[in-house]
Amino acid sequence: MVPLSYYLVLSAILFACGVAGFLIKRNIITIFMSIELMLNAVNLTFVAFAASLRALSGHVFVFFVMVVAAAEAAVGLAIIIAVFRTRETLNVDRVNLLKL
Amino acid sequence: MSLHLWIIPLLPLAGAAINGLLGKRFPKAVVNAIALGSTATSFLYALWVAVEFFGLPADQIPHIERYATWMTAGTFSAEYGIYLDQLSLVMVLIVTGVGFLIHVYSVGYMEHEGGYYRFFAYLNIFMFFMLTLVLANNYLLMFVGWEGVGLASYLLIGFWFLKDSAANAGKKAFITNRVGDFGFLIALFLLIKHFGNLQYDSVFKALTAYPVETSAGLLTAIGLLMLVGATGKSAQIPLYVWLPDAMEGPTPVSALIHAATMVTAGVYMVARSNAVFNRAPIALMAVAVIGTLTAIFAASIGILQTDIKKVLAYSTISQLGYMFMGCGVAAYGAGIFHLMTHAFFKALLFLSAGAIIHGLGGEQDMRHMGGLRRYMPKTFWCMTIATFTIAGFPPLAAFFSKDEILWKTWASGNRLLWLIGVIAAGMTSFYMFRLWFMTFFGEYREEITADKGHGHDGHNSHGEHGPAAPHESPMIMIVPLMILAVLSIAGGWVGVPAALGGSDHFDHFLDPVFSTYAPASANMQPASAEESGGQHEERGMELLLMGVSVAAAAIGFLGAWYLYYKRTDLPAKMAVAAGGLYTFVLDKYKVDEFYGATIIRPIILISTNVLWKGVDATLIDGALNESARGANDISDGLRHMQSGNIRSYAGWVAFGAAVVIAFMVWNGVR
Repeated sequence: MVPLSYYLVLSAILFACGVAGFLIKRNIITIFMSIELMLNAVNLTFVAFAASLRALSGHVFVFFVMVVAAAEAAVGLAIIIAVFRTRETLNVDRVNLLKL
Repeated sequence: MSLHLWIIPLLPLAGAAINGLLGKRFPKAVVNAIALGSTATSFLYALWVAVEFFGLPADQIPHIERYATWMTAGTFSAEYGIYLDQLSLVMVLIVTGVGFLIHVYSVGYMEHEGGYYRFFAYLNIFMFFMLTLVLANNYLLMFVGWEGVGLASYLLIGFWFLKDSAANAGKKAFITNRVGDFGFLIALFLLIKHFGNLQYDSVFKALTAYPVETSAGLLTAIGLLMLVGATGKSAQIPLYVWLPDAMEGPTPVSALIHAATMVTAGVYMVARSNAVFNRAPIALMAVAVIGTLTAIFAASIGILQTDIKKVLAYSTISQLGYMFMGCGVAAYGAGIFHLMTHAFFKALLFLSAGAIIHGLGGEQDMRHMGGLRRYMPKTFWCMTIATFTIAGFPPLAAFFSKDEILWKTWASGNRLLWLIGVIAAGMTSFYMFRLWFMTFFGEYREEITADKGHGHDGHNSHGEHGPAAPHESPMIMIVPLMILAVLSIAGGWVGVPAALGGSDHFDHFLDPVFSTYAPASANMQPASAEESGGQHEERGMELLLMGVSVAAAAIGFLGAWYLYYKRTDLPAKMAVAAGGLYTFVLDKYKVDEFYGATIIRPIILISTNVLWKGVDATLIDGALNESARGANDISDGLRHMQSGNIRSYAGWVAFGAAVVIAFMVWNGVR
C-alpha cells in the first residue's frame, strides 16, 4: 500500500504546477488548464484521505468537484470562444477593457 | 400677600421682544407707544408697589416672592424670585423713573436716526436686565441681570456699528467688564462652596454667625473679588477705561446706562452685600481707597478734556468713586443716597449735553461751542441747575449726598480720604464750570453757516436743519430735562442731615437693610454714635466740614470763571507753561497706552506667536494635516496593489495562501 504522504506530496506538486502555470502563462487556455490542474490536485488529496480514513464523504466531494469542473469548463470555454471572436486574441494581458 | 413684582421687569422685556422682533415694519408712533408704554407702565406699577411697600408691616420686609425653581444641581438650587426691600425699592424707582424720562427724550433725539426700533428694543432690554439685577433674590439671578446690562451696554455703545470707533468701544466695554465679571463669578463660587446657595436671605443669615475678620480670610477674599466685579461694572480704577470710550453711543444711552443706572450696579452690589463687607474690614477699606482714588483721578482727567461728553464721562467715574467711598466707610446709605441724586443730575447733564449736540448738528467739541445760552435758553437753564448741583452748592441735591459721604468718611476716621474727597470736589466744580462757561458763555466760536460734517456722534443726518444756527431742541426733549432739573434741585431734600435741622429721612429709611445683618460686636452705624454723646460738638464739626466742601466748590467756580470767562487767553498759556504734564493729563495719564503695552500687547503677541502660530497652526493643524497626509500616503501605496492585472491578484492570493500555510505549518511544528 502506498503511504498517504506520497499522494499528498504528489498532489502538492501538481497544485504548485497549477499555480505556477496560472501565474506565468498568458494564454487563457493554458491558464484554464492550470485551474483544472489545481482542481484535480485537490481531488487527489480528497480521495487519498478518503481511502486512508475510510470515509465516504471524500469520494462524494470529488464527484461534486468534477461536476463543477465540467460545468466550469463548459462555461469557461464558451466565454473564451466569445472573447476570441471579439478580440481575436487569447492573451489575457490584452483583455483588459475593465481595467482602470 | 403677593405684589406680583414680576410685572415690573417683564413689561420692558415684552416691549423689547415686540419692538425687536416685529418693530422693523412698525411706524415710529407704534414703536414709541410700545417702548414708552411698557416703561411707563412699569414705572407706575413700581410707584404703586412703593405705596404698598410703605403699608407692609416691618416683619414682612424684605418682601420676598418666589416663583419657580430655576435649576437644581445636587444640594445647590437657584430660583426665580424677587427680593424687595428699601434698597431695591429705591433702585427700582430710579431705574424705571429715570429710564422712562430718557425713553421720552430719546424719541426726540433719535428721530432722524436709522434703526429706530432697534434702539428702543435695546433700551427696553436694558431696563429688563437692570430690573432683574436689582430685584433678584439671589446672586445668580443678579448675575444674569449683571451680564445682561453688559450685553445691552455693548449693543447700545456699538449702536452705530458701521463706525469703527463705536464698534471697538462696544467691544472694549464688554471685554473690560468680563475681567470684572470673572472676579464676581469667583466670589459667587466661594459663596456656593461655603454657604451652599446664593439666596440673599439664607446667605446673609448664615453670615451672622461669622465674626468680623481682623485679618484676611474667606470673607475678605469674597469681598475683594466682589470689588473686582464692581470696579468693572462701575468703572473704577483699574477697570474704568471702558466708560469714556462708551461715549461713542448715542447720548441718551450715555445718560441712561453710563451715568444713571447700569454703572451704579457695582455700588448696588456692594451695598447689597453689606453683610459680607461689614465682616471684612480689609475689603471695605479697599472699597473706600479705590473709590477715593478714582474720584480724584478721574476728576483730574476731566479738567482738560475738550469733548463735552468725555468731560461728563470722567465726572461720572469720579462721582461713582464718591459712592464707593461712601460704601467703603460702611455708610452704605450715603452711597445709595448719592447714587440716587447722581442719577438725577447726571442724567440731566447728559441729556442737556445731548440737547446741545443735537442743536449743533453733532458737534461735541467744546472749543467749537460758546455763547450758546442765547440760542438754547431752556437747555442753558437746565444745564445750569445740573452744574450747580454736581458742584455741590446747597441746597441742591448733590450737596446733601456728597457731604454726607464726606462727613461719614471724616467721622469714620479716614481723614486723608476725606481730604482727597474735598480736593476732588473742588476739581469737580472746576471742570463742570469750565464746561459751563465754554459752552454757554462768550461768543459762538463757529461760523453760523459752517459745515458741520465732522461731528462725532454720527448725528449728522439732520436733513432739514442743515448747518444752520444752533437751535433749541423740541419739547419732547426739553420736558424730561425740566423734570430731571426739578429732581436735581429737590432730590436731596429727602436726606437733609440732622446738623442742618433735617431728619436724615433717607438714611433712616434704608437703615433696616444695613443693620439687620450687621455684626453684633462692632457698632457700624455712625448715626447712633452721633445721637449718643458729644452730639453738639459733632454737629459743629459736620457744619464746618460742609463749609469746607462748599468753599472748595466755590474755589472751583471762581477758578473756572477766571480762566474760561474773564481771561480766556490764560489756559493756553498755562498749557504751554505746564508742558509735558499738560499733555500727560490730556492723554488721560496714558492709561490706555499703559494697558496696551502691559496687557494687550503681550496678550496679542502670545496669542499670535504661541497660541495661534504655535499651538493652533503647528500643533493642532499640524497633527491633523500630518495624519491626513499619512493616510493619503498609505492609501497611495495600497492603491498600487489594485493594478487590474489578474495575475498579480492571483499572485497575491497565492502569496496569502502560502503565508497561511506557512503559519499553520509553523504552528504544527511547535
